[in-house]
Amino acid sequence: MTLVKEAPARPAGKRPAAAPAGRRGRRRENLAGYLFMSPWIAGFLLLTAGPMIASLYYAFTSYNLFTPPRWIGLDNFTTMFHDPRWQKSVEVTLKYVVVATPLKLLLALGVALLLAQKRRGEGLYRAAFYMPSLIGASVSVGFVWRALFSDDAIVDRTQKVFGIDVGGWIGNPDYVLYALVALSIWQFGAPMVIFLAGLKQVPQELYEAAEMDGAGPLRRFWNITLPMISPVLFFNVLLESIHAFQVFGSAYVVSNTYCGPADATLVYTCYLYQKGFKEAQMGFASAMAWTLVVAVALVTAVLFWSQKKWVHYEEAAK
Amino acid sequence: MTTATTPVARGTSPRRRTGSLAWHIGALLVLAVVLYPVIWVLGASFKPSKDIVASLDLLPTKPVWANFSGLADGISGISVSSFFVNSLMYALLAVVGVVVSSSLTAYAFAKIGFAGRNLLFTMMIGTLLLPYHVLLIPQYVLFRKLELVDTLVPLVAGKFLATEAFFVFLMVQFMRALPRELDEAARLDGCGHLRTYWSIVLPLCRPAVITSAIFTFINAWNDFMGPLIYLNTPSKYTVSLGLMMFRDQEGISDYGSMIAMSLVALVPVIAFFMAFQRYLIDGMATSGLKG
Repeated sequence: MTLVKEAPARPAGKRPAAAPAGRRGRRRENLAGYLFMSPWIAGFLLLTAGPMIASLYYAFTSYNLFTPPRWIGLDNFTTMFHDPRWQKSVEVTLKYVVVATPLKLLLALGVALLLAQKRRGEGLYRAAFYMPSLIGASVSVGFVWRALFSDDAIVDRTQKVFGIDVGGWIGNPDYVLYALVALSIWQFGAPMVIFLAGLKQVPQELYEAAEMDGAGPLRRFWNITLPMISPVLFFNVLLESIHAFQVFGSAYVVSNTYCGPADATLVYTCYLYQKGFKEAQMGFASAMAWTLVVAVALVTAVLFWSQKKWVHYEEAAK
Repeated sequence: MTTATTPVARGTSPRRRTGSLAWHIGALLVLAVVLYPVIWVLGASFKPSKDIVASLDLLPTKPVWANFSGLADGISGISVSSFFVNSLMYALLAVVGVVVSSSLTAYAFAKIGFAGRNLLFTMMIGTLLLPYHVLLIPQYVLFRKLELVDTLVPLVAGKFLATEAFFVFLMVQFMRALPRELDEAARLDGCGHLRTYWSIVLPLCRPAVITSAIFTFINAWNDFMGPLIYLNTPSKYTVSLGLMMFRDQEGISDYGSMIAMSLVALVPVIAFFMAFQRYLIDGMATSGLKG
């Protein structure tokens, strides 16, 4: 887990030995640093920090783009918490996150374990399994999904063979969210590749030693593989759940433009989009966005807190 | 599944051969499920419109070209090629912006010892976890005030300002892994930072640059929310929005063209993937590991 945990600590300490010493040299290094960084600094101020402050302000106003924002205190938040469609969007999003993320990661880990055995064609399989992660977000695949889960299409007919007759999932409010879940699971390749890289770093001697001690495959998995790849697992859980909270395109494309039928796929960002860009309630939408930020921050904090209990960082892992 | 962690035994015992067979059956099964939607869209684009959803044959019995020739008529008076030109413009600008701005920023983080570097680096990593949606509305308000809505500027401005933290991070990791002696020697020989960046560090970072460029191209090509919010004039639409026009028209007659265009829209992404899959997969893999 370099990404969040260790990387920030790395640039500490030694400045390049070649840097000219003395105050003038240091000042020159500072100037060079900030000049090279200037695109990022401008982007951070104009497109990240500034907008964050602005949207925090909007969250406490009534703002329709055409008249200046009007301060209304906590009204957006009280309206939001009592809004049945907002509640529905929270429910839909939580259901999506809780169902799609574990299933996707389970499949990713399973297939990674399969591919970690060196067999012929491993590289080819790895590439093929990864491909959906690149195209899955496209409108094209959204349309394909729509077609595959329509009435009389392949999924409908396959389930009929097993005596399940619910018709296509797209028009059915009880099922359409699971078509989106399936689309998310189909993109298991990205976390799989990360698992695979983690599995390759597990020292083979550990398995050999465990085998000599008579540990069966299940024991070896539970006592060696899982602890050894727990940092990678943590990274995948964090990234995938944060992404799942923000799903938008597939809900908008696979079901209809209103993320229906009957708000069945009204994911959080879809409602935010409707409020902000269809109804021009910029204040309300900003309040929604900040609530999402707080929710994601809480999930991140809980995950980081929990990692002490289950994530195993090998100090000298090679 | 768990046996997968066992090191493969040497020699060919019968047990091993059964294991190998099971492995290939398992892998092929996953492959079939993964590839099905892609093969489906390939087959469907050659089927007559009315057969596309209902016919269970993966490939058409009698391939027809009607869907593709239907594309030539365009949609609502706009030629389909204009969507592709717009997407290409967007994607190429995004690639240039990300490569230039991210590599400069990464060089500063990795190779220059300036005051406040650790703090800024932590902030940069922090933006990776920030939900983009909190920026959506204020950015829209900003670009609207600047009268830049309905242009490509709001879509690519962030790319030129290194807001794609993932790529900055990727390049920082790569630059740190380069042998220190190389740029130190250059600095001792009197090279300025700009020279060191341009002639030493950047050429050595080619894999990270290529990875970032390809990912950026694909992300821009697939981008849906950005164009949906910022582009209003159909002649400026990207492929994603052009495709949505087919759907929103609700005409069954155009279903075939919609599927054909879906296929054509996938081609650049799949082609890039096939050409550069090693870079993409390695780039993805290292993001989760110690750099």
